[in-house]
Amino acid sequence: MPAQRLFGLPLRGAKVLLFVLGLLPLLRWVWLGFTDGFGANPTQFLTRSSGTWTLVCLLIALGITPLRQLTKQNMLARVRRMAGLFAFFYAFLHFTTYIWFDQFFDLQATVKDIIERPFILVGFSAFVLLIPLSVTSTQGWMRRLGKRWSLLHRAVYVIGVLAIVHYWWHKAGKNDFQEVIWYAAVLAALLAWRLLWPYIQAGKRAR
Amino acid sequence: MLIRRPADIVPSEITPEPIYLDRRRLLQGAAALGLGSIGGMAWAQSAGATTKLVAPPNNAFAIMDKLTPRKDVTTYNNFYEFGLDKGDPAENSGKFVTRPWTVSVEGEVGKPRTFGIEELLKLAPLEERVYRMRCVEGWSMVIPWVGYSMANLIKAVEPTGNAKYVEFITAADPKTMPGLRSRVIEWPYIEALRIDEAMHPLTLLTLGLYGETLPNQNGAPVRLIVPWKYGFKSGKSIVKIRFVEKQPTSAWMKTAPSEYGFYANVNPDVPHPRWSQATERRIGEDGLFAPKRKTLKFNGYGDQVASLYQGMDLVKFY
Repeated sequence: MPAQRLFGLPLRGAKVLLFVLGLLPLLRWVWLGFTDGFGANPTQFLTRSSGTWTLVCLLIALGITPLRQLTKQNMLARVRRMAGLFAFFYAFLHFTTYIWFDQFFDLQATVKDIIERPFILVGFSAFVLLIPLSVTSTQGWMRRLGKRWSLLHRAVYVIGVLAIVHYWWHKAGKNDFQEVIWYAAVLAALLAWRLLWPYIQAGKRAR
Repeated sequence: MLIRRPADIVPSEITPEPIYLDRRRLLQGAAALGLGSIGGMAWAQSAGATTKLVAPPNNAFAIMDKLTPRKDVTTYNNFYEFGLDKGDPAENSGKFVTRPWTVSVEGEVGKPRTFGIEELLKLAPLEERVYRMRCVEGWSMVIPWVGYSMANLIKAVEPTGNAKYVEFITAADPKTMPGLRSRVIEWPYIEALRIDEAMHPLTLLTLGLYGETLPNQNGAPVRLIVPWKYGFKSGKSIVKIRFVEKQPTSAWMKTAPSEYGFYANVNPDVPHPRWSQATERRIGEDGLFAPKRKTLKFNGYGDQVASLYQGMDLVKFY
């Protein structure tokens, strides 16, 4: 069996590298935390930063399949789970920051906040949807669920849309869409790719 | 007008003067150090050069809450003319020119005139007042402002009987204010007060903070502070003051009339359409682990200002 390689790197090495890369945002927070780097409003900083990294990891996870189709680096499929789990990890930190440092575990206040700011409900739904996907991300669950596994994991498209709506709605208060529009464009491109790919393949075969 | 002091201050809570002065010296030392080590020009570019202002504290207008660190006051700002993010104003306001500066006062006044900034600095004795500031977004600070009651300026121009409202028009210079490219609100930024609100002794024509002239990001060289209203009522970098008969439409009323009313009094019982106003986060207070505070009606200045709104439905006139 030939050695498994990803872009020329041994797969195991590539995985370690990606794992360390995925932890960099967390390491940055630790560094900033010890050097008074969170700015005037630490809660806001952590909420926004963890939200950003959730979205980035989610888009990376969604981008792996198109990248694999374009580069024919089939080992990319073996790092997709890690990207997805990092998205869940940062979503968890995002949610924790909100419930802890913004609401101080006051459930009544949280429910009130969700009603008054429905964009939070949208973000929360995206987070909840990520949980079954994370739990069933193992090989064992893949085997057990069979065809239903890929059906279930298509929920990631919904999660992507919910995450963008959550971010969009948050920014709508200031009519400030400069950043969110880029994330939305990337997500739209990645989803469009999935619709177009079969036709691209069919076109190639016809020639 | 009789000004009642808030009743809940016990003498032991008042910072003894030596400690107060020590703190002041420490701050000045730190500022001088910053100037020396980074180099004058770069410093002026990034933070806006400030100079010392001599202003004795006026304890009749001082609350005893812990001050928000100067660093937070000058790096966490809403000043959309320099960008939408809180860090943008400190970053992007370096080229903003505040000398020379004039403020023209016109409209329903007996003596319309234009004040140079030097005249404004001398119009009345400068004093330091420690005020709470509450942003409509749900955060607050405690800031030692320098200035004097707006009433001093108003008396100097002799408003006519028709002057019911005072409109504040602020700077909008596309060359030095990169945020003007965004169309979030209509420029220039305009705010207004009823004339009795503007005449209230608490309403401060503000020329400095922390014993220095205002940094650009905080509204140099002259701004308004109305401590019982949400921060957005306090126009920054004022260029024109107009006395008018009809209630002006402020910039935020034009942008989002359902979210921002004319009065904008701090009121925990009237939620913003998209969030509660019952609590607030005090900036610079023990970081992440400090729970939010309960917001006080009129931001805690009810004893002094509630009478201005007698008989008014503050839900309707929010």
